[in-house]
Amino acid sequence: MIGAIAMLFRRETTLALRVGGGAMMGAVFFLTIVAIMPFAVGPDLNLLQRIGPAILWVGALLATLIGLDRLFQADHEDGSLDLLTMTELPLAVIVAVKAAAHWVTTGLPLVIAAPLLGLMLNVEPAALGAVALTLAAGTPALTFIGTIGAALTVALRRGGLLVPILILPLTVPVLIFGVSATNAAVTGPMAVSTPLTILAGLTLLSVVLAPIAAAAALRLAFD
Amino acid sequence: MKLTGRDLACIRGGRLVFEALDFRVDAGMLLQLRGRNGAGKSTLLRLIAGLARIAEGELALEGGAPDVPVKEHIHYVGHLDAIKPALSVVENLAFWARLLEGEEVAALAGRAAIDPPAALDAMGIGPLADFPAAILSAGQRRRLSLARLLVAARPVWLLDEPTTALDTDGQACLFAMVERHLSSGGLALIATHVDLPLPAATLTLGVRQPEPRPEVEPA
Repeated sequence: MIGAIAMLFRRETTLALRVGGGAMMGAVFFLTIVAIMPFAVGPDLNLLQRIGPAILWVGALLATLIGLDRLFQADHEDGSLDLLTMTELPLAVIVAVKAAAHWVTTGLPLVIAAPLLGLMLNVEPAALGAVALTLAAGTPALTFIGTIGAALTVALRRGGLLVPILILPLTVPVLIFGVSATNAAVTGPMAVSTPLTILAGLTLLSVVLAPIAAAAALRLAFD
Repeated sequence: MKLTGRDLACIRGGRLVFEALDFRVDAGMLLQLRGRNGAGKSTLLRLIAGLARIAEGELALEGGAPDVPVKEHIHYVGHLDAIKPALSVVENLAFWARLLEGEEVAALAGRAAIDPPAALDAMGIGPLADFPAAILSAGQRRRLSLARLLVAARPVWLLDEPTTALDTDGQACLFAMVERHLSSGGLALIATHVDLPLPAATLTLGVRQPEPRPEVEPA
């Protein structure tokens, strides 16, 4: 079973990196969002510094949802999903492996890019590290929660925009604790560990529960 | 090993596709499914593969590996070929070889699996192994999906119009594969519109006329 999981993970990452506009699309979208913010907010460096971490988090949240709609749809359309259900891997495990591969190819580049893009928003060095840390802890939750939306819309031809609409409300807790952990690291007065542990808890919870919910949603699509 | 369906019924999208369907396939036996378009041949195969819900009746596989679900005994080759254009031909096949393999089930198949490059050679697309699957023609894609049958040994084969897009060579190759599979104790169900040059039992499905919708009086 471990071998099959490794094989599936490798195939997913290979596909994401090989198909044009797959993995790097999220990072470029992130860059675009962050780049247009100073134009909208105006050249007020103090304001940018204050809201910078929040902008980075919102940008990462939106960029994580890029490509999620195709997570199961592509496999559903070409029959791969049918065959995957006939393997020894339970459907929830398949969902979890695909989500993990999606995070490595889409979420991880965002974590790495965030400190660099933070420089454009005049975010101070301590906050850059905090943003990267909280994104690393929080973006897996976004991806895993997103699998539920991706699974629900698997049979819809034009379900692309439906996934963010379904998923964004569910990601609000992650956003709240992600930004508050970042702010706590920079300005205090709260200890950073409090929101950060809740954030990590949300991630662990979604890693366990979201694949089960997504697998149930995928089973509905088989009728 | 024996696959039996008793009193099966299937409903898709609110339409009754078939009902009261009985069949039985023993080891070494080929059952061909005939019937007009829409008669439910593909649906029956998907039902057996666990890809559609059984509305009524029972489906049983006797003599399978204990504690292994029925669908892990089954190879299903349908209209969709599960080929990723971005991967090379051999990568596509190696992926399914690894995911579809299972030791207990392979022991029942009576025939060892062969490795992906050898399977590509057997299907006549060996020279294309390292090309991206995007360049394959329809017939070559079909050969690649049929190669799955060789790289993982499973005793039950469900083939949905497997001759589609295949040339005469390809069809001969397919029939030889099925013959070897049957002689080593496997069983197969093939939905087809062509005459198979193999001894086979036939199950004919009839088209059910959709019941007329009840008239609604205009208000």
